[in-house]
Parts: sequence; structure tokens; C-alpha cells
Amino acid sequence: MSDYYNDEDLDRFGEVGKYNPELFRKFMDWYNASLKAGTLTKREKVLIGLAVAHTIQCPYCIDAYTRSCLEEGMGLDHMTEAVHVASAVRGGASLIHCLQAHNSVDKVSM
Amino acid sequence: MWTTETPATLITFPKTQLKACGIVTLQVNTGYGCNQTCRHCHVAGGPERTEMLGVETIDTILGILKNYDIKTLDITGGAPELNPNLGYLIGKARKIVNRVIVRTNLTVLLEEAMLGFAAFYRDNGVELIASLPHYTQDMVDRVRGKGVFYKSIHVLRQLNEMGFGTGLLTLNLVYNPQGAFLPPSQHIIEEQFRSELFEKHSVRFDNLYTICNVPIGRFADFLRRSGNYGRYMERLASAFNLGTLDGVMCRRLVSVGWDGSLYDCDFNQAAQLKLDGDCPQHVRNFDYDVLAGREITTAPHCLACTAGQGSTCTGSTCADSTCSGSAPVLRDGNSMSSSG
Repeated sequence: MSDYYNDEDLDRFGEVGKYNPELFRKFMDWYNASLKAGTLTKREKVLIGLAVAHTIQCPYCIDAYTRSCLEEGMGLDHMTEAVHVASAVRGGASLIHCLQAHNSVDKVSM
Repeated sequence: MWTTETPATLITFPKTQLKACGIVTLQVNTGYGCNQTCRHCHVAGGPERTEMLGVETIDTILGILKNYDIKTLDITGGAPELNPNLGYLIGKARKIVNRVIVRTNLTVLLEEAMLGFAAFYRDNGVELIASLPHYTQDMVDRVRGKGVFYKSIHVLRQLNEMGFGTGLLTLNLVYNPQGAFLPPSQHIIEEQFRSELFEKHSVRFDNLYTICNVPIGRFADFLRRSGNYGRYMERLASAFNLGTLDGVMCRRLVSVGWDGSLYDCDFNQAAQLKLDGDCPQHVRNFDYDVLAGREITTAPHCLACTAGQGSTCTGSTCADSTCSGSAPVLRDGNSMSSSG
């Protein structure tokens, strides 16, 4: 194997269920139900999916949710804004931990 | 049922007895000549194409419209305006049928010899269906060529000034995906088009039709060249929706090629897929009764009209895009709409 990630593997996701079909089926039911339009539209849900995909840095998810966003009529402008939100929240999450450092400094300082 | 193990070459249209139920529309292709060379064009139209509908065939078509109760003449191309006989066809047909539709690419109306066509359309009460695959410059120019977006906007504003899209005369737009993916929900993208085009460009229109890209012609070339053909066919197959079958255009339409040959639709025409064996194959042998109840000739590209919400020359056919599940089918039978 020359690459850790192969885009063909996205279509082989079902193979994950091979050794425990029951758990996989439960996952798929939950997964599909969570993506159905509810109070949030399908459009909003796939955009959330795209943002999360970037945060967890999963190339399969990025590939899949980019297509879903296109199929919901969104362009790179929508997707880029969503990724900025995800990145900003992620950046903020790192930055807030600076207070841990401040607290640590306070704890050991005179 | 298809699975992702199915090679794209083995994907076929499901065996359904798809039959015509009358002829509401005669769709006439005036030729493949076009001032643009759009990347998704199923007839691979362009400036180098010389096929052209002639006067003799037009007279036969007018005779058919006169003799039978066909309500709509739907004119397509290429760019219909590049056929010098278009004015003759519309002028005569307008006196016979209630509804004449022209599918225009908009930019052709800026060509010097074509400047009078917009007024001609207005004076003859022609309904316009204009291609505009997106409301942003980047997306449109990517598919239809550099500069096409702003030229199209310019023409749309002129058409609005003449009364098209303002309640007086019909101006509908066509969205198609800018690549190897399915179109979004028609009513959602229509509202976006309406607000974006009006707020940013003061452009108005009546309805937006979403049309799925059909994997033939130049679009099929793109799919193969970019390595997307297999996955796109699988996407179409897995989104097959039984609920679309009643509304597919071939059931109420006959397509006439630029040489007078008859087909089930403009896509079959581009693919040179002939009518069922018992049917007349040319306008000069037109037989209404046989054609109105014919069995439709299908091929894998027909999956583009039956995927998700369905796709016809007048947009989606089924409000419920999940009648039979629009999610890809995985090899173990499970399905998911997005995976990662």
C-alpha cells in the first residue's frame, strides 16, 4: 500500500460492518436519521458535516460532505465560510487554554 | 439493486415498461451550431458544428402541428438563433400552437446579426428558457466559458426591460450542476437564485428549472477525462427514484432531430438512440397514434432523469426525492447519504 488514504475506500465503507453487522446497522440507522431534514434543513446539516469534517481532518468526510454541499446548491463561498467558522472555533479552543498557562504561572509564582 | 461493486459499464436502466402517454410537446432541435462550447453540453454544440434544420423539414413539422392536437412546440439546439430558418418556423408555428418555447443560451442574442431576436420573441409571445447554471460568475464561467456570466446578466436585464420575467412574458432559467454531482432541491435553489440575481444584478425571472447533467456528449467526455464516470453513474443509479417515472418528459414528448429523425428525447437524439422498432423514424412518416403509445427506448444515461427529484426539460418531476431512497447503495445493502 503506497497511501494511507485511498479515495476508493469511501465507497467501501459498508465493509466496516462485515464483522459486526448489527452494530454497523445501528450506526447507519442513526447516521441516516441524523442527516434527514428536521428542524434543521438538509442544507444546514451537510454544512455542519463539512465543518466537522475539517475539524476532525478526515479526508473521506471532506470528500463526501463537499459533494453533499454541492448537491444542496452551495458553492465554494458557502463552504469556505463554514470551514472558517470551524477553524476559528478550533483556534479559539486552543487559545482559551492559554488561561491554563496563566493559572499555572499564577500557581507557582510569588 | 446496484452496488458499488457494479462496474459503471454494467449499470443499466432498470427494466421498466416505460410507455408514452400522448404527445403534448414536439421538441425540435434546430442544429448543433452554437456560439459557446459549454463543458456540460450533451449535443457537444459549438461554432464548428454545421448540422442545421432545413426549410423542407420545417414545413413537414408545421404540417404535423396543423394536423394533430400537439399543444407545445419546444425549440432547442445548439443555439436556435443561429439557424436562419428560426424566424420562419416560429412565425408559422405561432399561428398553429398555443405555446412556443425557445431554449436560448442568452449570449447569442448579443451577436450583431441576432440583435432583433429578443423583440421578435416578444412580438410573437415566445416563452424563453435560458441557461444560467448558477448565480455566481465563477460557477457560470467555469461551465460556459470566460465572460459568459456578465454577458448573460446583460441580456437578462434587457429581456426584463422588454417584459420577460416580469409577469408579461415568460422567462424561465435553467440550473444545472457545475460538475459530477446531482442538482439541489429545485424550490430551495430557485429562492436563492431569485434573491441573489435581484439583489446583486436587478434581474427577475419566473421559474428556475433544475436539470441533471446527462452522461453523454461533452459531459461524458469530461467525466471520463476526470476519472469521475464510474462514481457519477453509481450516484445516478443509487439515487434512482420510482416516483419520477410518471413525469419523465419522454412520456409526453417526441423529439425531432435537425435532419427530421424522431427520438424519445433530445438526449437519445444526441446519443443516436433510435425509437422503438415499430415506430416511424422520420417526421415524413409521423404517425401520432403509434408514437403516442410507444415504448420508450432507454439506456444508462436515462438514469439522469430518474435520479433524486427527477429531471426533465422543465425541471424536477417529483417533490419527494427520497421516494425510493436517494442514498448510495453500499455493497452490503446499507445506504448512507454522506459518509466519512
